[in-house]
Amino acid sequence: MLTVALDKSPEDARPWVEAAKPTHPSLVDTEHRLADLYGIVNVPTGVWIDERGRIVRPNDPTFGTDTFVEMHGIRSGPHLDALRAWVRSGTLPFDEAGVRRRQTLPAPEEQLARAEFALAWHLHRRGRIEAAERHFVRAGELAPLDLTIRRGSMPIRGLDPMGEPFVALYQEWLQSGRPYYVAIER
Amino acid sequence: MRQLRPEPAPDEAGPRCALPLTSAPRSPYATAVARDTLTLIDDGRPHEVTAAFADGVVRVAPEDLRTAFGWELKPEGLCRGARCIPTRGEEALVTADGIDLARFAALVDRPLALDAAERTAYLGVGAGERAAQLASLEAPDFTLPDLDGRPHALSAYRGKKIFLLAYASW
Repeated sequence: MLTVALDKSPEDARPWVEAAKPTHPSLVDTEHRLADLYGIVNVPTGVWIDERGRIVRPNDPTFGTDTFVEMHGIRSGPHLDALRAWVRSGTLPFDEAGVRRRQTLPAPEEQLARAEFALAWHLHRRGRIEAAERHFVRAGELAPLDLTIRRGSMPIRGLDPMGEPFVALYQEWLQSGRPYYVAIER
Repeated sequence: MRQLRPEPAPDEAGPRCALPLTSAPRSPYATAVARDTLTLIDDGRPHEVTAAFADGVVRVAPEDLRTAFGWELKPEGLCRGARCIPTRGEEALVTADGIDLARFAALVDRPLALDAAERTAYLGVGAGERAAQLASLEAPDFTLPDLDGRPHALSAYRGKKIFLLAYASW
């Protein structure tokens, strides 16, 4: 298992990692590089990669528990069962064509949104707060359903990702049908 | 946090001169060109390039574009290595002030986030390139640090099944 925290600093991820006491590598991705490479638009997102470095199950919201199932509607059980079957027996849910059919590939506006986010983050770290804010806002306009941008930018901008700003965002996400990726059947 | 210098208003293009910068007679409608260093970040890698700023258009010196990105203007078009993108019909792409950065980005299919007033731009990776990589089903390699700052590359785990999980404190 490889976990990657899309957080603005290792210190933001540390409480989670220390609570988990993992035996696997726990990485931090402050620049959202992984999000860009894999087309990640929300967390949690799980991807299965086989021994040859091939994607064998594409981006999917994979929860460890059902703690927030009423918010996101995705039960944890089926994926965990499938994951165990793969690890223990090598059972794969789809062939390559099946994986491709279930991939969510990035669109041009989403990549532009990522560039705007990266510019915003760069400016913010150099104290250009007002300029950074313009680009965070622009990124969110370009990819309104990319929560790595809209919610992920909140801690940087001094907004509470669990509070008021998120409440409005969650309603918007809910009304859009709680989109994540191409739905993978369970 | 105290600002180190005042931030320009959003509609400013940068330092403006009351007079044109050349001594030759100019039309009253000529735009003053500000020349300055641009921080151009190429997919996370920063470069300082020479640029000209006028009317929201940012032009980069061709030699800087070549040094930083490997793209060069030739008679065949905009070329890098064996690959050339035709530039017929792109008369405004190159002037004496340099190569139009936004047009260059569009031609090489890369998203450009530009803040002329802040003299900073970020050139990302286009959807076409990302989508092609993902559709190949080859998991894109990456190197990221753990909490102790030690780098880990995905490719170092070849030979094992990987469940890659992205999460966040938010």
